[in-house]
Amino acid sequence: MHISEGILAAPVLIGGGLLTAAGTAVGLRCIDTERIMSVAMLSAAFFVAALIHVPIGPGSIHLILNGLLGMILGWAAFPAILTALLLQAVLFQYGGIVVLGVNTLLQALPAVLCYYVLRPWLVRGGRHQKIAGFLGGFLSVFVSSVLMALSLALTDEGFVQTAKIVVGANIPIMIIEGFITMFAVSFIVKVQPEILVWKSNGHGGVL
Amino acid sequence: MIPEYFSYTDSFLHKADPRMKIVSAACVTGVVAFSRSYSTGICGLILALFLIALSRFDTGVVVRRLLAVNFFTAFLWLTLPLTYGGEALTLGFVTVSRQGIAMAALVTLKANCIVLIFLALVSTSPVSSLGHALRKLGVPEKLCLLFLFSYRYVIVIAQEFQRLLRAAKIRGFIPRTNIHTYRTYAYLFAMTLVKSWNRAHRVQQAMVLRGFNGRFYSMYIQHPTAVERVFFGGITLLAVGMALLELRG
Repeated sequence: MHISEGILAAPVLIGGGLLTAAGTAVGLRCIDTERIMSVAMLSAAFFVAALIHVPIGPGSIHLILNGLLGMILGWAAFPAILTALLLQAVLFQYGGIVVLGVNTLLQALPAVLCYYVLRPWLVRGGRHQKIAGFLGGFLSVFVSSVLMALSLALTDEGFVQTAKIVVGANIPIMIIEGFITMFAVSFIVKVQPEILVWKSNGHGGVL
Repeated sequence: MIPEYFSYTDSFLHKADPRMKIVSAACVTGVVAFSRSYSTGICGLILALFLIALSRFDTGVVVRRLLAVNFFTAFLWLTLPLTYGGEALTLGFVTVSRQGIAMAALVTLKANCIVLIFLALVSTSPVSSLGHALRKLGVPEKLCLLFLFSYRYVIVIAQEFQRLLRAAKIRGFIPRTNIHTYRTYAYLFAMTLVKSWNRAHRVQQAMVLRGFNGRFYSMYIQHPTAVERVFFGGITLLAVGMALLELRG
């Protein structure tokens, strides 16, 4: 989910850029030299997720999974998502440099929210874990699309109707992301629980 | 799956110092992105077409990239004329908004211009040299390392996922719109994550063994030539000129 270049107004671009810079600074502080490779690898996996297309009716959608990434990485999701989007911009020309800040914010802010709101539920296991997994996928895409709609609406009043369509069109994606994140979380907890269920180091991210 | 189409040719732009290219690209695309007038957009587009010509890309590949980029602008063309409001314009039996069409046209112009400039000035450098150039431009070291490392492993992880998917398909998995498909994709991706996690630990240990201390040294040191300084300085000046025009107009 990203906004193309050339659409947003200067104040939105600058605001998004500044917030992303702040989030990235916090995220980088959570990453020490020892863990930098883990974050890079997950950032690469996040990039790959965007290339995976799952069928829906006659068409297909690509995965986003920013909620899952956020639950694993916490604040480090900011630099990880920034990196993945920069790679997408260089390799596929999706988005560009100017809109990179806003696009990172769209995906990384919900990811960090998932970390704070839903991760405590994951540790409790059972039904809580399933619900938290589903919400992690559903809410992260929902918040992303609301932020996207908001940045369009702040750019120009004429975009308000388009912004509403953006949120509406994303509802099927929210549901599918919800199920996929739920199943992925239950798989990870069974196979390698330390990825999701580690003890926090107290500053917003284990990594 | 992840080709680097654009960095292999041997033009002036491909050989130029990536730092100069990044800075001038940021200036021009910044001015175009912030502008609200057609004249700035058209100036930018002329510059973009000149740079694309200079980069000697295969036209077919560039056109295909532009089609992908215009997916979102096509969505705007479908919605804005009907929803924007303002002055009405009757075309046959539909009534559309004149301002909506103007807005969609401006966005399309700016989006294509920015993508072409980005393509000519940034995608002409290999990703690895971009990572080092960003470091020299003052981007935090950890962020540059993340960029270089994740680029290094993107292809490995993509292949790992594809291997799992192929194995599932050989066992009779047919993707359809049902919960079984979504569960299967979730498990395949989660397995890819688990493998990436473990790979990260192995790579980290190997790097520590080789004395990794958080810095990454490049053996490839490039200095901009006089021609490059003049050329990219000129582009940056042009961007400043466009910004002044925009502020006046």
